[in-house]
Amino acid sequence: MIGLHHYLVVSAMLFVLSIAGIVLNRRNLILLLMCIELMLLAVNFNFIAFSRHLGDDTGQVFVFFILTVAAAEAAIGLAILVVLFRNRRSINVQDMNEMKG
Amino acid sequence: MGMLLHTVLFYTFASFLIGAAIGVVFSRNPVHAVMFLVLAFFQSAMLWMLIEAEFLAIVLVLVYVGAVMVLFLFVVMMLDINVEAVRKGFDRYAPLGIGVALLMAFELIQLIWLRGKGAGTADGFVPYAEGYSNTKALGSVLYTEHVYAFEIAAVILLLAIVAAIALTMRKRPGLKVQNISRQVAVRARDRLRVIKMDAEKKP
Repeated sequence: MIGLHHYLVVSAMLFVLSIAGIVLNRRNLILLLMCIELMLLAVNFNFIAFSRHLGDDTGQVFVFFILTVAAAEAAIGLAILVVLFRNRRSINVQDMNEMKG
Repeated sequence: MGMLLHTVLFYTFASFLIGAAIGVVFSRNPVHAVMFLVLAFFQSAMLWMLIEAEFLAIVLVLVYVGAVMVLFLFVVMMLDINVEAVRKGFDRYAPLGIGVALLMAFELIQLIWLRGKGAGTADGFVPYAEGYSNTKALGSVLYTEHVYAFEIAAVILLLAIVAAIALTMRKRPGLKVQNISRQVAVRARDRLRVIKMDAEKKP
């Protein structure tokens, strides 16, 4: 019987994979953004599974808002990326040390 | 739907999802990574469909695959990325990445598998009654209880549009554009000069 447990495990695997991706692909800004999208997907899995488990639709409403914010974040992030590439001809995260943060 | 079919579908979609996520993380070409991410979103939509969250499944395909991933694909193809230089640090970070991933996996398994046992989490979801509409149920909560958050979400989207356009718009130097008002205001005597001269003969 497929239940909350199975969905939580899938979500955890997705989250762990995207964390590994963020650490591994530290040079490529586009892949970092994609891994963040994967992470948000894992979070959405948790929200939906718990919403179904508890029989409360509010969890699914929250997934709706997460999708909205993630779309906005992707749009602005990619715009910044395009501007950055135009100026530096590179999307390597290590090249962005101008501010010495 | 039969229980066995349900289980088989779940494991199929879940394994494709994890495979696609591995593809996103480890593929050498960014275009392939985007394609794997599209596959991952499709599989997630199918998994959500299996537990009767139909509205969000459709929204995920429409908004994510239809809009956000196309945006990613545009940017990946527009930028001329040197794949080799970008991949150079991969091996150096591999031990750290795998270590962090294993640590996280250990913690999550401990939390979900060992502590979650006996909390009723392994039972199946209670199926909805016949005639239940997921879209209707979500709408009746979204537009009443969460209408304020809904409007804030709309403002966030507007903000994203304005920010993306403002960031990427640029004035190119040396661009030839028409100035309509100056074109219309031109008089014939400013451009044309009639002069008188004698006719010339060929020598």
